[in-house]
Amino acid sequence: MQEQAFLEYVQAGGQVETGDEMPGDYRAKLIKFIEMHGNSELMGVLPEREWILRAPTLQRKLALTAKVQDEVGHAQLIYRVVEDLGKPRERCLDDLISGRSKFHNVFHYPTRTWGDVGVIAWLVDAAAIISQKALLKCSYAPYARIMKKICWEESFHILHGRDVVLAMMTGLAEQRELVQEAIHRWWSPLMQFHGNPIPAEDDPMYRWRIKSQGNEEARQQFLDGYVPQILELGLEIPDPALGKDEETGVWHYTEPDWDELRHVVTGHGPRSVERLELRRVAREETAWVRDVMLAQAA
Amino acid sequence: MSRSRSDRAEKLLELADDELVLGWRNSEWTGIAPYLEEDVAFSSIAQNEIGHARALYELAAAELGTTADELALGREPEEYRCAPLVELRRLEWARTIARHFLYETADAVRIEALKASSDPEIAGLATKIDREEVYHRIHADMWLDRLQASAEGLRRLREAVSELWPYALGVLDEELRPEWVERIRGRLRFDLPEGRPITRAEHTADLRELWEEMTIVRRSAPGASW
Amino acid sequence: MVWEVFRQERKGQAFQHAGSFEAPDQTFAETYAREFYGRRQESIALWIVPREHIETIGDFVDELGRNYHRVDGYSLKTKLKEAREQVAQRSG
Repeated sequence: MQEQAFLEYVQAGGQVETGDEMPGDYRAKLIKFIEMHGNSELMGVLPEREWILRAPTLQRKLALTAKVQDEVGHAQLIYRVVEDLGKPRERCLDDLISGRSKFHNVFHYPTRTWGDVGVIAWLVDAAAIISQKALLKCSYAPYARIMKKICWEESFHILHGRDVVLAMMTGLAEQRELVQEAIHRWWSPLMQFHGNPIPAEDDPMYRWRIKSQGNEEARQQFLDGYVPQILELGLEIPDPALGKDEETGVWHYTEPDWDELRHVVTGHGPRSVERLELRRVAREETAWVRDVMLAQAA
Repeated sequence: MSRSRSDRAEKLLELADDELVLGWRNSEWTGIAPYLEEDVAFSSIAQNEIGHARALYELAAAELGTTADELALGREPEEYRCAPLVELRRLEWARTIARHFLYETADAVRIEALKASSDPEIAGLATKIDREEVYHRIHADMWLDRLQASAEGLRRLREAVSELWPYALGVLDEELRPEWVERIRGRLRFDLPEGRPITRAEHTADLRELWEEMTIVRRSAPGASW
Repeated sequence: MVWEVFRQERKGQAFQHAGSFEAPDQTFAETYAREFYGRRQESIALWIVPREHIETIGDFVDELGRNYHRVDGYSLKTKLKEAREQVAQRSG
């Protein structure tokens, strides 16, 4: 199919399957986009798994382990899609560890307290779900289909996060302080999460209907949904310019530092190097296991 | 918390502490297991173990007038009744599988005995736990077969079993130990190692380190709800 | 080896394709299928099969427009109208 015809096809809602003919650019952008998603799920595990070991009750321990388990499962689903598009999982991991491919900004930051655990599960996952729901309409059908399972599994993550936060907000003053302090540190990365507000028409991902939502639209949705939830708990959001124009329904806010975002996702975040190193070491230490598994593959 | 406990409570705590600490150790693989599919599978095993621990603590807690969380996370390290085998820090994969296999086999022997208990609560819980543990045993067997079918895997497994053997011997009492040894002998493609049991009488240094981390949030705000 | 999974959510429903994963043999495949598609009891049954055992058939031909065995090959409106008019005439 000619590129123009293909473009019209996907823009009219047409779906693409694995074996279908697709323009080289579409395939390349698709792989890059989906791979980054897989990388993010895999790297997102690392800030949270430290806290699995420190969970203060058995219930929280179970829930957090299950949440991280889900994320690993999502990584598996996503890399499988990439693999069927022609890029094997091991090459994706090579590129992740070497820094050739990227993962979302939020996973480059440290988690310092149990407050972070609540805030991440509640707000970071919320920001991610907004993007993920938009991907349910992705023109590439195998990816859209796994997004259904992913969105379904993510639904408990947000509830869990909010539950953790609520337990602290109705607890001791020092617990409330943990949440507030976490919000202070996570607000900026959260605002950067959906990316800089390039118009949808200029975004190649949107043109190919890989994404069905612009960056700014996603961010506005996040603010609409979650600012009220944050404020109703008596928490402060560290942006004096944040507010909703009641007439237009549009949220204004202090412009995030897009240079900082670029800097972080290119591997210069506070924990980028350390976490990639952890991945590299874990992978090396278990290389023999994969060899043994492959050796007798039927 | 030190109070004189019934034999029943002691036994329950022994089992619960084993499951808790092993589950905690196994959960350390979540996110960094050898490959993604196994990561998900092994994480479920860890979660099951914590779940079993919780159910066992709840039985003990009812008798002792406390809560499962308090028993799991509110005691001093010396008060835990777990076997040294489960305390060892996250081991590399061959040792993890070796420990998994050695422990599950011991647990199977132990649970069979408990299912026949005259105490209906204990017998009932043992039956439920056993139904879930069937899958743990299938998983351990699967890995054992796979490792033993390759020269590299066999070599590593043998080394791992050797190292863990004295600890593994200490999981069960003298009474149940011979049954366990025979089951192990039947599954390994090499001779059983030598060793004297390292029993529950003494804890390893690894336990205190685990306990520090496990209780850090809880200890930061005593009495708080999380 | 890549395995495909089909899951049945509730009794009476069709098995639907749910996804794929890698496993070296059937025993591992069963374990992983359970985990990925059943750890929340979200499926009551699964079918698993190595991908290489699945054949795709995708080219269906109907050059001559065979509508005689489809509903869209039958438009009764005109004839029905005529039949009703005739009945009305005969009895009128």
